[in-house]
Formats: sequence, structure tokens, C-alpha cells
Amino acid sequence: MEIPNKHRIVTTTSEEVKQAVLFLLESVTDPEVPVLSVIDLGVVRDIIVNPNPESGGWSIIVQVTPTYTGCPAMDVMKTTIRMALLQAGFTDISITSVLSPAWTTDWMSEHGKEKLKAYGIAPPQYKQAVCTPDSFQEEEAIQCPLCHSYHTRLVSQFGSTACKALYQCHDCKEPFDYFKCH
Amino acid sequence: MHNKTLIDYTLHLADNALIIGHRNSEWCGHGPVLEQDIAISNIALDLIGQARNFYQYAATVSGNGATEDTLAYLRDAIDFKNILLVELPNGDWAQTILKQFFFSTYQYFLYQQLQNSKDAQLAAIAEKALKEVTYHVRWSSEWVIRLGDGTLESKNRMLRAIDEIWSYTGEMFLAASYELQGIREEYAVDLSEIQKNWVQKITSVCIEATLPLPADTWMQSGGKEGKHTEYLGFILADMQFLQRAYPDADW
Ligand SMILES: [Zn+2]
Repeated sequence: MEIPNKHRIVTTTSEEVKQAVLFLLESVTDPEVPVLSVIDLGVVRDIIVNPNPESGGWSIIVQVTPTYTGCPAMDVMKTTIRMALLQAGFTDISITSVLSPAWTTDWMSEHGKEKLKAYGIAPPQYKQAVCTPDSFQEEEAIQCPLCHSYHTRLVSQFGSTACKALYQCHDCKEPFDYFKCH
Repeated sequence: MHNKTLIDYTLHLADNALIIGHRNSEWCGHGPVLEQDIAISNIALDLIGQARNFYQYAATVSGNGATEDTLAYLRDAIDFKNILLVELPNGDWAQTILKQFFFSTYQYFLYQQLQNSKDAQLAAIAEKALKEVTYHVRWSSEWVIRLGDGTLESKNRMLRAIDEIWSYTGEMFLAASYELQGIREEYAVDLSEIQKNWVQKITSVCIEATLPLPADTWMQSGGKEGKHTEYLGFILADMQFLQRAYPDADW
């Protein structure tokens, strides 16, 4: 594929290319929570753009961090990021993983939290409680994303995916997922 | 730099996580209730994810074309460095829970210290995994209390589980040669330090669960040095069959 003219070194700066990559990544979504982009989720840690003198194009490094160690969606996200960049005409792409500092739900964008709630998943608490291994801790009051009641209960700390816990609302009786603090 | 001891230590951490993760995955579709089936399958996923991180790192340090897959699928039982505890059969739910509680508590204190490792990658893997292990400790300790302080039936099963498993807990704190060398080079965790914390946590949960712990007893060991129970061979046969029969199979 021809490298689109806008990505040629002569016409753009690396900062402009970085912004273009960022824009592309906003359309790459989490396969398990398709309303969230990889940017909303906070898994993209850095985008490093350098001119590649050999090809005359740009070398792109996208650094990602896993949400959960064993999250199977990470491999899919990495592949989708690569495809989105290839489609945009970039060819020199590397996607690397960084583990430290470890991902936290605090990195999820406010916009992302709004989208989660609209999708029917309770977003992670703004100020997360300290996660300790103590048994039978008092649970945080999680708001039902459907009827907005705080009158809810934890059904299971482990839900349909690694990042979610299962709750039930006492008022509207609906079960719902909570994107748990991490 | 080719550092055999660092590779062995990393493989030991990886093998522990892989084998108990594999055991937990045997519950997938067979859990006592749906929520707990999902919980133990999630824990399996976390542990296999940790194993992958450690194998990938061991492969990088080894070079020679090693990958996470060759390390998981093409080594024999004698090369595996996991403790015997993690290869024990699941038994009933009580045994599975107790095994997980003992192991998760061990991992919790181990990873807490490993975050300070001089090896930056081991420290990063530990920092990441610690958050997940925190949930594993909570979940398994709550079940130990629920079952121990539950019905006559559940209590009897927990007492039997302690009898079955207790003699496999000593190995966690018995340092292998690569651990001693790793401690000297300041990338491995000093097990005598974490043993105190482990005993304290186990004791307080078992008191709450009204479960008596055995007095000091003879402890099993050997897994860290590749001397395993016959159970590991069956796990590997199950796990490695495809790669052995169809080398480099991919999908
Ligand atoms: Zn509701």
C-alpha cells in the first residue's frame, strides 16, 4: 500500500503524526466492552513516532499495558491496533507491552466511564477503596446503572470477564456488571 | 548475559502459576454453582497470565530460540520447578479452596517482596500480579471461613482437606539452590521473611473458620528441584499432548 501523502516526513511533523495515531486509536475498541476504546480504557501508555530514513515514512511504537495479567482481550487489542495503523498506511509498526506502573482503573477516562454507564455497566468508583486481602470486607455502595439506586449487593467478586464483578439491584432486581476497582 | 540461576528462578515462579492455573481450569464447567465456577475460572486465567509473563521473560533471558510455548509445552516433568502443592489433584471443593488459599497467601507475600527485586522485569510482573492475587486471597479465605464454620459436612471436609494438604505447605519456604543464589544477587525473595507473614495470616483465618491447624509435622519436598509426584506427569500429558503430537501446531 502507498503511504498516504499526509504521513510523509516532508509534509508533517512527528507531533502531527502522533496526533493522527491517537485519533486512529480512539476507534480501536475493547472486544469485551465494545463501547470503550483503548484510549478510554487507559491501556495505551505511549505513542512514539520517529522518522524512518530508509522508507521515508514513519516508525510507530505503541506501548500498551494489560488491564489484567491474563486478559485474553489484550492480544485482540494489539492485533486491532496494528490493523488500524496498517489501514492508515503505516508499515513500520511495533506494539510493545509495559507492565510497570501497573494499570489501574483510575486511568480510565471520564468519557469512558460515562459510556460504560450508558452501556449498562457500573463504572469503577472515582476514588477506589484500598484493595486489601482481608476477608468479608464491607462492600462499596455501587450504583445500579439501570435505575440509579445505591441499594445493591455484590453477588460475586468475579464476573463475566476478569475486569468485572457481578452485582444485583435490590430495587429494580436486575443483575448488572461492575467494572471493579483495580 | 546468560544467567542460568535467574532462568531457573523465573521458571520456578512460572511453573507454580501454570500448574495451579491448569488445575483450576479443570473446574471450568464443573463448579458447585455458576458464580463460583466463574470465579475459579477467572483465577485460572489470572494465574496462566502470570505464567506467560514469567515464561516470556525466561525465554528472553535464555535466548537460543526459546519461547513461552517451548518452555510450557516442551519441557519434561524433571525440568519443572513447581512446588508439589500445586500439582496435587483438586479433590473436592474444600481441598481445592484450601490449596488455593495456602498458595494465594504465599503468592501475596512473595510478590509483595518481589516488587523490590533488583531485576526490574520480575519486579514489574509481581507489581501487576499482586493486585489480582489480592482478590484471590480474599475469595479463598472467605470460602475457608464459610466452609470451616459452616455445616458439619463442610467442616468435616475442610478437616480432611487440611490432613491431605498440610504436609505440602513446608516446601514453599524451603529455598532451592537457585533461590539462595537469587537472594545473594538480590533479585529473589527471602522465604524466611514471608513465612512469618504466611503463618500469621493462615492462623488468623483458620481461627475464624474454627479449624485447628496441625502441629509441626514432616513436610514433603522435591518439586522445586524437579522431583515430582506422579500427578505432574498426567498434567503434562494432558497439557502438552497437542504440541508433542503436532509440533508447532498453531491456530
Ligand atoms: Zn436498579
